[in-house]
Amino acid sequence: MPEPFTLVTAIAAPLEMSNVDTDQILPARFLRRPRDERYPTYGFHDLRFTPEGAPREEFVLNRPPYDRAGILVAQRNFGVGSSREAAVYALLAMGLRCVIAESFGDIFFSNALKNGLVPVRLPEAACAALRMAVTETPGAEITVDLEAQRVDGPGALAYGFTIPAFSRDCLLRGLDEIGLTMTLLPEIAAFEAARG
Amino acid sequence: MPRTLFQKIWDAHVVHRRDDGLCLLYVDRHYFHEGSFHAFNMLRARGLKVRRPDLSFGFGDHYAPTRARSTAAIADPEIRGIIETFERNAREAGIRAFEMADPRQGIVHVAGPELGLTLPGMTVVCGDSHTSSHGALGALAFGIGASEVAHVFATQTIWQSLPRQIRVTFDGTLPEGSTAKDMALALIAEIGTGGAQGGAIEFAGTAVRALSVEGRLTLCNMAIEAGARTGMVAPDATTLAWLAGRPFAKPVDIAHLRSDEDAGFDQEVRLDAGRIAPMATWGTSPEEAVPLSGRVPRPEQAPDEARRKAWQRSLDYMGLAGGEALADVKLDRVFLGSCTNSRLEDLRAAATVLKGRRIAVPMLVSPGSTSVKRQAEAEGLDRIFTEAGASWEESACSLCVSMNGDSVAEGERCASTSNRNFVGRQGRGARTHLVSPASAAASAVAGRLVAAEG
Ligand code: SF4
Repeated sequence: MPEPFTLVTAIAAPLEMSNVDTDQILPARFLRRPRDERYPTYGFHDLRFTPEGAPREEFVLNRPPYDRAGILVAQRNFGVGSSREAAVYALLAMGLRCVIAESFGDIFFSNALKNGLVPVRLPEAACAALRMAVTETPGAEITVDLEAQRVDGPGALAYGFTIPAFSRDCLLRGLDEIGLTMTLLPEIAAFEAARG
Repeated sequence: MPRTLFQKIWDAHVVHRRDDGLCLLYVDRHYFHEGSFHAFNMLRARGLKVRRPDLSFGFGDHYAPTRARSTAAIADPEIRGIIETFERNAREAGIRAFEMADPRQGIVHVAGPELGLTLPGMTVVCGDSHTSSHGALGALAFGIGASEVAHVFATQTIWQSLPRQIRVTFDGTLPEGSTAKDMALALIAEIGTGGAQGGAIEFAGTAVRALSVEGRLTLCNMAIEAGARTGMVAPDATTLAWLAGRPFAKPVDIAHLRSDEDAGFDQEVRLDAGRIAPMATWGTSPEEAVPLSGRVPRPEQAPDEARRKAWQRSLDYMGLAGGEALADVKLDRVFLGSCTNSRLEDLRAAATVLKGRRIAVPMLVSPGSTSVKRQAEAEGLDRIFTEAGASWEESACSLCVSMNGDSVAEGERCASTSNRNFVGRQGRGARTHLVSPASAAASAVAGRLVAAEG
């Protein structure tokens, strides 16, 4: 069950890449692994580490203070590709609670919502302004307020966003959809009966 | 009110509609594969049972080895463990699963339709993004994540918001030598990987009507790479003839399964099929595609600064400078397989090119299902492949996603009939060029990226 998400204030890291697909977020060879203490090393693995296993200096999440980021500000089409929900588990395991981007892969977006990783869609200019702000001031924090559906960045940058009402409700209360749908079982049974 | 095909199937499956428009849809067919272990764990953690074991079907494909059919023989303990878990989970839930050694085994999006398990008018889901393939039969088919798989197991339903509806019309006639794969790549090159973002595509037009069901499966399979949630083709006589006699198929009335004459779409895209040439990708996104007769673009030709940077990154990864003719790009290997292009029609197209010739670089052929493999062998296609020098192996996802132990080595360049040329998709540092089966075969013979002649 997801952890409730109401408001998160955290260091934000800029990710200057578009079309970051879920194969890059979690390479396929880690999909068979359990969600144990090694999980935090799998996220963005091949961007973070050389084939020999040394951290790549140039990758933003390897550099302090961004290695402590709780929010990622990306570009367009974040999380496209494979439906692997484990890509979301990997980001959560790294300590991320929110990804801000211009657009998201469709299945990634819904996987994120179901696991308490809040995907925030903002216009291109807003994402660019936030990335620039947290690049110029490393360690600058962003606040994502799900209740108010508002992002507050450094230097009075502020933007509204929307999350589908049902998912927002589930996130705020830390509920999962299965529990809610179970309350509709009589309707499901009636539907089945009507079709014969 | 005139309705689209999508809307009709949607309306027929709404169990509950919330005030905000979100709908709980009934799921007619649920497929799952080895990746379902997360969902089974979620069910277990909540003490829930599978509501309708009779409506789910499992296929071992993602981790199935290409070179053996026995679980016990798998050397990698993690891979063996995943397959054993898949088989045990299905058994314990009382669900039918076509395990590795089953003659009905195959890649879920090849074997499901082939068995007649996907029918016109159905809602179909699977924890795999390429579930859109099943739309080729006139079904409404979505890829879902693990939490949703658990939700479907527990409730046989799924929450969905009504997507934007897009009609993609291919007018005219496809030139000889061009295929459904080239149509898909041409479309994505045109509208981009975000071009159909979150939408539901209905493929229409004379060139789509002229496609076999196999070709439609390829086209709908790739809809997801344009950002769409699903793709579909209205069922017709071609569909019914293809379904006839399949083991699980049932008679369906398709008369109403078409978009009404004046139904409105949120977006219309038109392409002239007559101008679609055999295509290949040059970069690391499916939209980075050009005709095989062309050249790799240079970054300075990019339409904007963001694209220029992305192209440069793609070129660096692909080991290309930009500006080279595709026909000069040397390959290290070729893969013919995946749910995009591994059906009998695909194998025949490749075999036609290979007949009586020798390949210049290694080529792996993995049929889409065990039954496709058997049929191909009955036609003697396996001999054409092996005599040309290719390896003829078992059915699995194999080099499409490189999870079963097969992989392309770092820095190697592979022409592949799969659907994703993402960074690292075929293995860490592997370079992928997406092509059609005929182009893959011609490229294997040439050792370079070329289209099949005439
Ligand atoms: S062949 Fe590739 S795309 Fe198709 S189901 Fe397997 S991994 Fe997914």
